[in-house]
Order: sequence, then structure tokens, then C-alpha cells
Amino acid sequence: MHEEVIISGFGGQGALFAGQLLTYAGLAEGRHVSWIPSYGPEMRGGTAHCTVIISDEPIGSPIIYRPTSCIVLNPPSFEKYEPLVKPGGYLIVNSSLVRQKSARTDITVVEVPANDLAYEIGNVRVANLVLLGALLGINPFVKLESVIQALEEHVPEQRPAYH
Amino acid sequence: MSAKMLMKGNEAIAESAIRAGCQAYFGYPITPQTEVLEYMSRRMPQLGRVFLQAESELAAVNMLYGAACAGVRAMTSTSSPGFSLMQEGISYIACSMVPAVVVNVMRGGPGLGNIQPAQADYSQMTKGGGHGDYKVLTLAPSTIQELVDHVGLAFDLADKYRQIVFVIADGMLGQMMEPVELPEMRELRSPPAWALTGAKGRPKNIITSLYLNAPELEKINQQLQAVFRRIEADEVRYETYLLDDADIAIVAYGTAARIARTAIRRAREAGIRVGLFRPITVYPFPYEALGEVAGRVQEMLVVEMSAGQMLEDVRIATCCQVPIRFFGKMGGIVPLPEDILAEIEAITQGKPALVAREGA
Repeated sequence: MHEEVIISGFGGQGALFAGQLLTYAGLAEGRHVSWIPSYGPEMRGGTAHCTVIISDEPIGSPIIYRPTSCIVLNPPSFEKYEPLVKPGGYLIVNSSLVRQKSARTDITVVEVPANDLAYEIGNVRVANLVLLGALLGINPFVKLESVIQALEEHVPEQRPAYH
Repeated sequence: MSAKMLMKGNEAIAESAIRAGCQAYFGYPITPQTEVLEYMSRRMPQLGRVFLQAESELAAVNMLYGAACAGVRAMTSTSSPGFSLMQEGISYIACSMVPAVVVNVMRGGPGLGNIQPAQADYSQMTKGGGHGDYKVLTLAPSTIQELVDHVGLAFDLADKYRQIVFVIADGMLGQMMEPVELPEMRELRSPPAWALTGAKGRPKNIITSLYLNAPELEKINQQLQAVFRRIEADEVRYETYLLDDADIAIVAYGTAARIARTAIRRAREAGIRVGLFRPITVYPFPYEALGEVAGRVQEMLVVEMSAGQMLEDVRIATCCQVPIRFFGKMGGIVPLPEDILAEIEAITQGKPALVAREGA
């Protein structure tokens, strides 16, 4: 098993945190894992992404160019990563914000109105996790239970209201 | 749940130092290592130890010098421009023969450069860096676990040789998260007999780096050189990966080495016999071991995130026994495994080097 995931969105949408949950879940399942954020002279509202690798092999480069799975939370992320998903891979699109359509036929594209669904659940901030759930629904390289466990262990105590 | 925990490199540096008995930390914020300060500012006061945010890197390194003279385990960390500012103090510490640890989480340079990962401070860290004849034992971790292990080891080696010890990391190791197993919390060590602890009831200790009398300073230099010879004899560390049957040896350290590892695995799948030689100490450099490798491979490929600084040590080690190519990325660009794979394929196809300058 070797999965290379990029999660990308505006700063504040929780791309980095969703990636961390995935990484914790992979670790709990005994895999080799790495997580690396984009970092630079960042600003609020700018684009942020992270790369997560979950593998049965020790991880060499934590940075990859073409993900096997990708979650895009906003339009700039769609533009950047839609062409880069590896053939046979998965692209999960936050269709609440992304109006573009993918023309690719060599990957599985799943459109999820994540902001709307998150709003219905009662907290628009969990759109990132709605999308993570969608990815793991179609490509279950870690168990959903492991992510839920990671969520319970790693959400800071002052912010317990994630569901 | 595994016993391993997920930690960001910078936080791992801080926690490892704390567990190794670091009693005083001084620093000044600079990306991409600021999380070390952030973590220390929270944890050190909890433990009743010293965290002090200095007004500059010059101040931080001189506070480090002072704490080291007082016989406590002390550390600072910084990134490239801050590391340059520390050179004077580092030279003083080296001459004064007191143990201390400095972690440099390198970023793109020269100048203020940028905040992306780079390995362009290699020469500064391994060849002296400040004024005068000194060198600094420098550990080059390639994973977050190794970062944890090396920070602990750095304190022990600093004590062993009464010298300053460096850990050479970069923005990628500082920012990324990987599973780590942390060591147990160690007892704080008591100040050694040479330390400045108050001379009441004993002969006074003097620690200085000022010797106006030339023969006296020559003697100090000879003592220092003797220490460096011992370090060169006893502390060389390196690792090899798939090198036994290799036709091509990649030489890389730190972040570049782990990226090379991915490229090597892919090249092996394509039937190319390529392996890795990874210096773990970059001073002392594993000249002898690499020279032996040069005798049994057809070509070497040096990969660095610099214009080719370690390349010079590889040339010294291999004495022109084997053609050497160089692949380097500068200015904060991290090479992708695909880049290195392309370079490996170019070698097997007898093509000239793809990027950067020519080899030996």
C-alpha cells in the first residue's frame, strides 16, 4: 500500500488539519507516514496545502509532484492539482466553491458540496472532514474509524464541538 | 495505537533537547525553525528551566556561551542568516573548549534569501565558519527520528569533547511531521569540575578565548587540533543503502538523501543497480569509507540542495578514482525523486549531466 495525498484550500479551510488526521490514522494502523505543509510568506485567505504519504515502505521523499489522491477545497487548488492527479487516482472536489468541471477521464472525480453539507450538519468549518470522508468512502486506504479516533485524540480540548 | 507519536521536526528538536537534559535555551525567531522557540517557551518554564528569547542571534549565542561556561547543558537553534550572525560567538566557544549545541535549520541563501529548505550552509558548518582554526562536529539527520536521536547525541558528544556540536537540518526536516519514538527524560547533569560555579573553597577556574601571548595561544591551538584528530578518528558515521552490488553510488545527506532513496527504489525497479552512501557526520566526513566505495562503482552522483559544497569533500575522498556527476538545486528548491531518477537514467545512457555543473 502506498498512497500519496495532497489536500489544498484557502488558509482556514482546514486542509492542513485534515491531512494531519489522515496521518495520525495511518500511524494508528501501523503504516509509515509523513506530513508536510506548504509554508512560505503566508497570508490569511491565501492557498495552503499539505502532502501526506501513507505507505508500507519507509518514506523517502515527503514531497511529491503527482498525487494518487487529491482533495481540492477551493478554485485555485482545483486549477493547480486537477491536471496533476496520477492516472487511476482520485480527485475530490468541494463543489460548493469550485464551479469548474474536470474533463479528465483517466481519474475518478467526486464532486461533494462540502460547505453545504457541513452547514447542514451544523458547522461549516467541518467541510474539510466531509471531503476527507468522501475520499475514504471511495478509496479506503485508511479506515474511517481510525480517522474518527484521531479526531477524538487530537482536536484541542477548547474546541471539542467538531460534530 | 502505536507507541510512536507524530511530531513536527522543530518540535522534535525541542523535546529531544529537553529530554537530553538541556537546562537553558536561548534563541531568536527565524523561519523555518521558529517552532523550536515556540515549543521551548512553553515547556522550559513548566520544568523550571531557562527559556530566553534574546534580542538577536548575537545575543543568543553569547548567552549560550555564558551558560556553557557555567556548566549547564545549553542549546540554541536558528536558520541560515541567524547562523551567520552567530559565527563570532561560535568561534569563542570553540576556543574556550566548553560544550554547547547549535541546530541550524537551513533555508535558501545567500543573503536573506528565502524561507524554503536548502543545504547551502554545508561549507560554513563543516569547515569552520567563524575565524581561527577550529572545526565543529556536525550531525546530519535525514528523518525526524534521527533528528531526535542526533540532538540527544549532540549533547553527549559536546560533553565528551568539551566542544560545540552542530546539528545540520533544513526547512523540510523542520516543518514536516513523522512518527518518532522519544527517549526517556534524563537526569540533569551536574556542572563539571572546570565550570564557573563560584570559586569559594576551591582554586578558581578561568575560561577564556583571549591569549595575548602567542606561544600560549599556539599551545591552545595544538590542544584543539588534538581534539579534532580524536573526533576524526572516533566519530565518523555514515550509512549505506543498496550499495553492495551498485554500479552507481549516489552520495547525499539529510533531506537530499531521503529524496535520493525514493529515486533509488524506482531505479532499482527498472533494473538499474544504484545505491546510496549517506554521510551522517559531515564533519568528520567519512573520507575513508567513501574512498573505498569509489574503488568498486563505475560512477558517482552527488546530490545536494546547494551549488555543490559537499561535492568538494567527495572529490577529496575519491581521489579521482571514479567519474563524479553533480545534481544540485539551489535557492530553496527541493529536488523531486523524478529529477534524480532522470539523472540516474542519463548516467546509464551515457548522456551528459542534465543540470548544474560538471563533475570531476
